[in-house]
Amino acid sequence: MTVDSLRTAKPTPDKAAVAPSSTKAVAKKAVAKKAVAKKAVAKKSPAKKAVATSSAPVKAGATKAAARRTATKKADSARLVQFYRDMMLIRRFEERSARAYTEALIGGYCHLNLGEEATVVGLMSALRETDYLFTNYREHGYALMRGIHPNHAMAELYGRVDGVSKGWGGSMHMFDMTHRLLGGYGIVGGQLPLATGAALAINYRGLDEIVMCTMGDGTANIGAFHESLNIAALWSLPVVFVVINNGLGMGTTVAKASAEPEIYKRASAYAMASERVDGLDPVLVADAASRAIESARAGKPFLLEVVCERLRGHSVVDPAKYRSPEEVALVARLDPVPALANRLVKEKILTAAELRHIDEEETARADAADAFARASAVPDVSTLFDYNYATPVANDSRRRPGDPLFPVVARYNVEVAR
Amino acid sequence: MTIKTYRQALHDTLREEMLRDENVFLMGEEIGVFEGSYKITAGLLTEFGDKRVRDTPIAEEGFTGAAIGAAMLGLRPVVEIMTINFSLLALDQIVNHAAKIYGMFGGQAKVPLVIRTPGGGGQQLGATHSQNIELYYAFVPGMKVVAPSTPADAKALLLAAIRDDDPVLFLENLALYNTKGDVPDDDTPAEIGKAKITREGHDLTLIGYSRMAYVARNIAESLAESEGLDIEVIDLMSLRPLDRATLVESVKKTHAAVVLEDDWLTYGIGAEIAATISDGAFDYLDAPVRRVAMAEVPMPYSKNLESAAMPTNDDVVNAIFQTLEAVGRRLKKVGQSHD
Repeated sequence: MTVDSLRTAKPTPDKAAVAPSSTKAVAKKAVAKKAVAKKAVAKKSPAKKAVATSSAPVKAGATKAAARRTATKKADSARLVQFYRDMMLIRRFEERSARAYTEALIGGYCHLNLGEEATVVGLMSALRETDYLFTNYREHGYALMRGIHPNHAMAELYGRVDGVSKGWGGSMHMFDMTHRLLGGYGIVGGQLPLATGAALAINYRGLDEIVMCTMGDGTANIGAFHESLNIAALWSLPVVFVVINNGLGMGTTVAKASAEPEIYKRASAYAMASERVDGLDPVLVADAASRAIESARAGKPFLLEVVCERLRGHSVVDPAKYRSPEEVALVARLDPVPALANRLVKEKILTAAELRHIDEEETARADAADAFARASAVPDVSTLFDYNYATPVANDSRRRPGDPLFPVVARYNVEVAR
Repeated sequence: MTIKTYRQALHDTLREEMLRDENVFLMGEEIGVFEGSYKITAGLLTEFGDKRVRDTPIAEEGFTGAAIGAAMLGLRPVVEIMTINFSLLALDQIVNHAAKIYGMFGGQAKVPLVIRTPGGGGQQLGATHSQNIELYYAFVPGMKVVAPSTPADAKALLLAAIRDDDPVLFLENLALYNTKGDVPDDDTPAEIGKAKITREGHDLTLIGYSRMAYVARNIAESLAESEGLDIEVIDLMSLRPLDRATLVESVKKTHAAVVLEDDWLTYGIGAEIAATISDGAFDYLDAPVRRVAMAEVPMPYSKNLESAAMPTNDDVVNAIFQTLEAVGRRLKKVGQSHD
């Protein structure tokens, strides 16, 4: 497959949410090789069986079957290439935002998906456009994969009017009803009850949609996790809870924070099905997510634990001194982006030049997003109270700091000497 | 008009709104099979089924948050939190989520949620079950907090709250559930953010909300009869937004104010009222604004200590008389008990 034909398969960044779904039809028959991971333990799963079946000896003369297999292989290749392209976009976008952060163009906190790209693209590829996503504050990549244009994601980081949350949310609070990203949330665990409630609304209306709710490993220890899993299981709600286990809650290891460090096992307390999957391989993640989603769509909520690695600190400003040089080196070796690049070359799906070309294109998109964000306007101060209430209300306080409750004189325009 | 209890007015309004809009549904602990700890939801499970009257586990954070999430998708959940004390377990969901979602995401998602919950005290329930912490929610931009004191207002404000697209904390009161009054038969909602002058007068402005608005009316009537005093009574109705103009206009007329509150004195709702009057009617005041509030202790169990911690009618009358004396008014007699 040439790079050109791949480009036509994924036309514009705006339709990024649509493109991965085209590969979904063949997801179940994907031939997945297990990636090398230090701690990933995928449970017995239909995907594994699929691997066994598809690698079984081919009967002579079965041309139809052979044709089908060729088609499957082609689709699998296209899927891998799409994953690579998506992972590359996240990688370059995150690197670009880290740079803008160190240039003080982005404020607040800034948590990156670096090292988690395979997890992000795998999970997001398994969702339908009509499904909902609730996630936490490490959500830039998720926003991109839901189909939000990188320009609008970056503009949000810059706090500009063209930001996906109009500059009101920032890095931690991206939201887009159109693309059904129902929020990045900055409070650990805050999104779980909300996601459960969204699933309740779907259930209430008898719709075929599901909610995916991602969180970090640290979230498994907060009360909202347990209350939400219990309610979801009790009421048979269409929700998939996904724990992104990167081994660290800020600087605290899972072993130090969780009495049961195999987090997926906690689902058993709520009679909920669960699975643990290697988050460094996008195909394994996508297939596991599809199984989890299928379960949720049938009214059986699911807990999926995805084991991955965080390449950098908790946020851009964290040098991660709590990690040993050996650990840092290991994590770098496990980096899923070069791993997938190697696989694409090894399986002769892409050439090195084609890989480079994808990288250049995605780098250009990240750069363009940055340029777009810089050029976007800052919100006007006159809009400060625009989102106080959805239903206008009498006596809503719209006073600027220092304003008297009952102004008897106009506000002075004085320059205060500093 | 029909004479109803505050409880019945709430029940009937919930029922009518559920009949009117199928997006309206109820969630809470013991609201279905048990029919509600205070029986507001009695009979509704039988009438509407468990899809629309949903008993929840004891998980305030979980089910309040779930209601917020359902509201984000356009449903209109009415959550009952058994007493306002237990709302603390849902504080993160209410303050960090319900109140933030509309603004934090640039107006993309509304949260048409009602949280009904009673405050109270004086029932020997001890320190953790006798608090009035509506201030915690009235403090937060993005929230609306209403506190009716009559059956009619309970209906009108509940209608307004359910039809509003923002999260509304609807404060009830254990002591008001059995009070009776005329309730209009039509379904005209109240205007959130507006206070109500429930008795016109010229001598002093007496301000309260929820149970204390009820107390204020009764005391004003009693003092009119016994002392010939002409007290203006304001029922705040809405704690956020706060109708400051009505307060200030009243004090410009009466030149004195006493605020009644069931919460604690320091930093309480009354402090905000006093600051409002100080700002808006400074030149009109003939005496400092006086506040009558709960004693600042964890509520004791023992009846005599509990009674001592709660504002009594005598406490209120004393505050009124002392304020009027500060104004310079000579009162006919002082000291008759009003409790």
